Amino acid sequence: MTLTLLLDIASWLLLSTGGVFVFIGGLGALRMPDLYTRMHAASVTDTIGPALIIIGIILQAGLTLASIKLIAILLFLLITGPTASNALASASLLAGNRPEFAKAVTEDEKQ
Amino acid sequence: MTTVFSIFLLTMLIVTAIAIVRIRDLFATVMLSGIFSLLLAANFFLLDAADVALTEAAVGAGISTVLFLSALAMTTDREKAPSSNRIIALIVVATTTLTMIYASFDQPTFGDPDAPIHQHIAPWYLETTRDAIDIPNVVTAVLASFRGYDTLGEVFVVFTAGIGVLFILGAPSGKPRQTTDFHSEGLRHYLVPRVVGRLLTPFILLFALYVQFHGDYGPGGGFQAGAIFAAAIILYSLLEGEKRALEAIPRSWLIGMTAGGALLYSAVGVAGMLLGGNFLDYSVLAENPVAGQHIGILLIEAGVGITVTGVLLSIFHAFTARDKF
Repeated sequence: MTLTLLLDIASWLLLSTGGVFVFIGGLGALRMPDLYTRMHAASVTDTIGPALIIIGIILQAGLTLASIKLIAILLFLLITGPTASNALASASLLAGNRPEFAKAVTEDEKQ
Repeated sequence: MTTVFSIFLLTMLIVTAIAIVRIRDLFATVMLSGIFSLLLAANFFLLDAADVALTEAAVGAGISTVLFLSALAMTTDREKAPSSNRIIALIVVATTTLTMIYASFDQPTFGDPDAPIHQHIAPWYLETTRDAIDIPNVVTAVLASFRGYDTLGEVFVVFTAGIGVLFILGAPSGKPRQTTDFHSEGLRHYLVPRVVGRLLTPFILLFALYVQFHGDYGPGGGFQAGAIFAAAIILYSLLEGEKRALEAIPRSWLIGMTAGGALLYSAVGVAGMLLGGNFLDYSVLAENPVAGQHIGILLIEAGVGITVTGVLLSIFHAFTARDKF
């Protein structure tokens, strides 16, 4: 009885922390100044956010086939999310889109 | 709770649809239509239509986005400024919308057990599936066996669409044209996507086979598996270059797959006739009618998967093989 209660509390904590991370990521994606800082914020929504949420759901599901599927989804997200961020950032750099701070540095050097 | 979530998703669908209409940047429009499909898939899932959700996610959010992007690479990514005659368009759209809203008043309410769709033939499908076909996923039983003739029609629609696109874009044959870096090299210089892509491709293929053969027991089947299979090959083509992908599955194979899957489906139907049953009656394919149904469903789902893979990959290669207009 106490074990289920503890599991419930743990999964509740994980789920809400994950939700907070996703929210912060969304906020950052809206508020940050350029693509790179926005991606930095948004990458939270496909790494730590879903990781915490999925672990929270796994605690609810217990040792079932659903948990194994959830772990597979988690692994897939943890591999593909950062890869997509990397591809997006390098594509943007190649297209000549420079980060704001790099522009600021060049301006300083000019002066 | 589910109702709240559905309302949220439907609202997001409308917002996305309005954004698609308003935005002039076609690249953003393609991304938004991918998001639209993903939202729609989530909506289908909430309605317990897992098979349709899987199809929408694989085809709408996955393959269509890639094909649209290939099309954009050949044209421009800016929409032309709208011409005149917008008043007439507005009147047509408004009239149609009002007619449809008026027609919707006659519809039974959502989930009404007395609705004609729940009274007519659905109960018979649900009862008969257990005895006659004996697979847990009734959707597959309806799609592949009870209404196999409809699905045959769908496969031929896919087949015809593929042939049509190849006629318009032209299936290149003979000597290859001047290749750009992308076509021969792909993303081979980009280490991280390449390593991860190579790591994931076999698992995506494995998942496609799982969806193909698990369709009798859970959501899945030939249409979804074909889209996932094609997605894996398209990923390979993006990473390693189109040439390598065509070495793995040459164009002649793709044409053969496009026609062969539809042919396999029809052949199963004709085999039923030759063994003394009706067209697409699988019960006569084995001694035991239920086993015959299983064999028939397996074969026609394979046919569907092969045709869908062939058509999607042919269209993708037809797009990438063309120069910019």
